[in-house]
Amino acid sequence: MTAPSGFEAVIGLEVHAQLRTASKAFCGCSTRFGDEPNTNVCPVCLGLPGALPVLNRGVVESAVRMGLAVGSSIAPTSIFARKNYFYPDLPKGYQISQYDEPICRGGTVEIDLDGGARRQVRLTRIHMEEDAGKSIHDAGDGTLVDVNRSGVPLIEIVSEPDVRSPREAALYVQKIRQIVTYLGICDGNMEEGSLRCDANVSVRPAGTAALGTKTEVKNMNSFRNVERAIEFELNRQIALLRSGGTVLQETLLWDAESNTAHPMRSKEEADDYRYFPEPDLVPVTAAEAWVAQLRSELPEHPTLRRDRFEKTYGLPRYDADVLTAERGTADYFESVVRELGALGADSAKAASNWVMTDVLRVVGERRIDIAEFSVPPSSLAGMIRLIGNGTISGKIAKEVFSAMLETGERPERIIDERGLLQLSDETAIGKVVDDVIARNPGPLATYRSGNAQLLGFFVGEVMKQTKGKANPQVVNALLKQRLT
Amino acid sequence: MAVIRDIHTHRSLVRSGTASCETITRGFLDSIREHESLNAFRALFPEESLGRARAIDAKRSTAGALAGVVLATKDNICRKGKPTGCCSKILEGYVSPYDATVVRRLEEADAVLVGTTNMDEFAMGSSTENSAYGTTRHPLDAQRVPGGSSGGSAAAVAAGLVTAALGSDTGGSIRQPASFCGVVGLKPTYGRVSRYGLVAFASSLDQIGPLTRTVRDAAEILQVIAGHDPSDATSSREAVPAYVDALTRDVKGLRVGLPKEYFTTALDKGIADAIMSRVEFLRARGAVVRDVSLPHAEYSVATYYVISTAEASSNLARFDGARYGRRSDGTTLAEMYTRSRSEGFGNEVKRRIMLGTYVLSAGYYDAYYRKAQKMRRLIVNDFENAFREVDCILTPTTPTTAFAVGEKAGDPLTMYLSDVFTVSANLAGIPGLSIPCGKDAKGLPIGLQILGKRFDESTILRTGDFLESV
Ligand SMILES: [Zn+2]
Repeated sequence: MTAPSGFEAVIGLEVHAQLRTASKAFCGCSTRFGDEPNTNVCPVCLGLPGALPVLNRGVVESAVRMGLAVGSSIAPTSIFARKNYFYPDLPKGYQISQYDEPICRGGTVEIDLDGGARRQVRLTRIHMEEDAGKSIHDAGDGTLVDVNRSGVPLIEIVSEPDVRSPREAALYVQKIRQIVTYLGICDGNMEEGSLRCDANVSVRPAGTAALGTKTEVKNMNSFRNVERAIEFELNRQIALLRSGGTVLQETLLWDAESNTAHPMRSKEEADDYRYFPEPDLVPVTAAEAWVAQLRSELPEHPTLRRDRFEKTYGLPRYDADVLTAERGTADYFESVVRELGALGADSAKAASNWVMTDVLRVVGERRIDIAEFSVPPSSLAGMIRLIGNGTISGKIAKEVFSAMLETGERPERIIDERGLLQLSDETAIGKVVDDVIARNPGPLATYRSGNAQLLGFFVGEVMKQTKGKANPQVVNALLKQRLT
Repeated sequence: MAVIRDIHTHRSLVRSGTASCETITRGFLDSIREHESLNAFRALFPEESLGRARAIDAKRSTAGALAGVVLATKDNICRKGKPTGCCSKILEGYVSPYDATVVRRLEEADAVLVGTTNMDEFAMGSSTENSAYGTTRHPLDAQRVPGGSSGGSAAAVAAGLVTAALGSDTGGSIRQPASFCGVVGLKPTYGRVSRYGLVAFASSLDQIGPLTRTVRDAAEILQVIAGHDPSDATSSREAVPAYVDALTRDVKGLRVGLPKEYFTTALDKGIADAIMSRVEFLRARGAVVRDVSLPHAEYSVATYYVISTAEASSNLARFDGARYGRRSDGTTLAEMYTRSRSEGFGNEVKRRIMLGTYVLSAGYYDAYYRKAQKMRRLIVNDFENAFREVDCILTPTTPTTAFAVGEKAGDPLTMYLSDVFTVSANLAGIPGLSIPCGKDAKGLPIGLQILGKRFDESTILRTGDFLESV
């Protein structure tokens, strides 16, 4: 993007994804979020004297799977390093991370720009590291530390400075979230901090190649905040440069409440992390055969799946986007289509409509995972089939859907028990039609005098009498015939 | 008073019911009290030890391999529910909530761990003068140091206060005090013994090992503590051989190397003569003695001090007053850190943290740390080459015998040079054994060091056991 100011934004992103392994990176403690403070701890993650880290191989597996999903090259041997700094929530006085020999190098993340174009954001690297504990500053006079999070595994995904606008940055983070959740390696929850993003932001006069001085923006805990914070920082830098000032290399903390970013520390007094190879751990190996196996077991990439939904099911791009945003939704949708069998391709749009509106609405309202959704795909497919063959009307289907939701019963049974079967018999409907016409001489006269709009009134009356079960097409045909 | 016996005898006495573990333990506890002036111990656990001894007596014939063995551990090896303080003020009041793997293994073998021993603070030193709890005295001469950093362990074994003690060896901290005190000290191959629960000084160099009165006892202790530990990623899965069975006293055909870089005119004549007399014994019994070369030997001390201080500066970062140990007040976080660490650490520890921080700093890393890592690789190669020619290498353990208290305390560089013969074994990760080798003109013990191939403790123990027998 070339900003109207004549400046170009140059943005690189560092995304930390907390891995969903059951135990921490270097000890057996649980990674569960939200437990009583300082309960998921042991000598290792407390950094007690004499304790030693032992690598959880699940961490390596997650990092390799992420690397494979974005086309990184996987290092056969990589090493952990210590990043040294003092902070009370860092029990050892160093963080075990990776430095000059990370597990993944390179790769690309493709983002869909709003106009429909696609952009490749190159990755520098992906590395494994452990999380620090949590400092709680607003608890009385002192600062409290919760060590539960200490040692929880993270991967850090570092991009090249390929991102050109705040919007692109948000789209990039969304894409990363989609990939990690598809892989099942991270729950992607930005509010709870499972996915965190820092941005390196600089500007340069449009058309020039040299990079301007960059600042680092931290603490952007939602997609919206990523966009707003970077926007803020770009504007600040541009205004500064225009007024003849210079950008200082510094770290800024985004404050969502005040919509501003405040300097955290100046890089001039930057920490020297004194990285060196972690002597308590041996080099991490990723054997070729193992990596090949992980590659063969990778789920379909969300972007490819989206493209396939468009092509195979003939869905509009919008539908394909919504359905593939989350892996669970896409899986659910495809199960429904599979259940529809031969009818599948034709009814795909119907299935899409039901999933996008009714299913996702309920999932959203109940704040549940679609995997916990009470209507199995086979029941939804059964219902769609019943609409298709005229057994029930679309209107009745809404009622059947609610009933399935509450009872978990199959649609056929609900229709049966509640007598919701659609009335298509002309003789039976004809009786109701005659009755309605007979009881409404006024409207009849008006209709016959040329006010065709009154047909709707008569349809409504017939539907009311039949409790909505009458086949609307039959009702329409009979009314038109007998009203004239 | 404790009667001095070896591990084998203690085990037999307890298993046969001829002597009770409780009586043996009482005897050692009495001896320890009588020798309080040595200041060999940091903490004693008499009641608990006697309780354990009674439980072992109840097992009789089924008692473990170390039944009747009264042991001490260095103050940097974690013991559950007990102070583990590395003889530093900064860990004042710290009680470990867990046992080191070696402690668990010793207790499972029915050893009685009566107390913890004095040491140089965080194992940094060669005299035990750097302890926050006072200097340990040499058992033969109270005006001299017992060596260090495992000086308390060496003095306790030499004075007969325990049958054996555990020490830790990062650059010679088991072998040098063993040599000074006239006992046996073994630093196993890196990875042979679990470091879980050893408070780290320099993680890539540290190794726990025994100090004993005989080579056979060292083999017995190693047998119990060696082997893979899932809690230590650097511990080896290499099979543990039967060490005692290797003590055949047969050295026929054994190829013994003498590094020419160590046997120079600069070497103290008394020490050189003592070593050469032992070499003659070996030759007389059929060993093949030849010169070997360790071309990078002269860089070992410098390499060692770069790597060990770099790792130490990071390992000791956790002692910041925030979570455990000593905390000094401060109005800001930085002030609390600074004061806790300034007041909690002794001078030698601060010196090494500063050195280590410096060699890892941006702009200096390549010139120091990276260069030292390269040199370490060359030192490893030196030994690999030498061990193609020989089965073990003999050297003096130390350039001098025990020096006087205070003699080197103000001169860290001279102090560092007492490690000149021992540090390369840590850099190369190979095992090293120090055994007594006569006395000098002042009547002070001389130590002979036997270095072996990685995971070949058997050969150096066999050689040491042979030399001990002649
Ligand atoms: Zn833990």
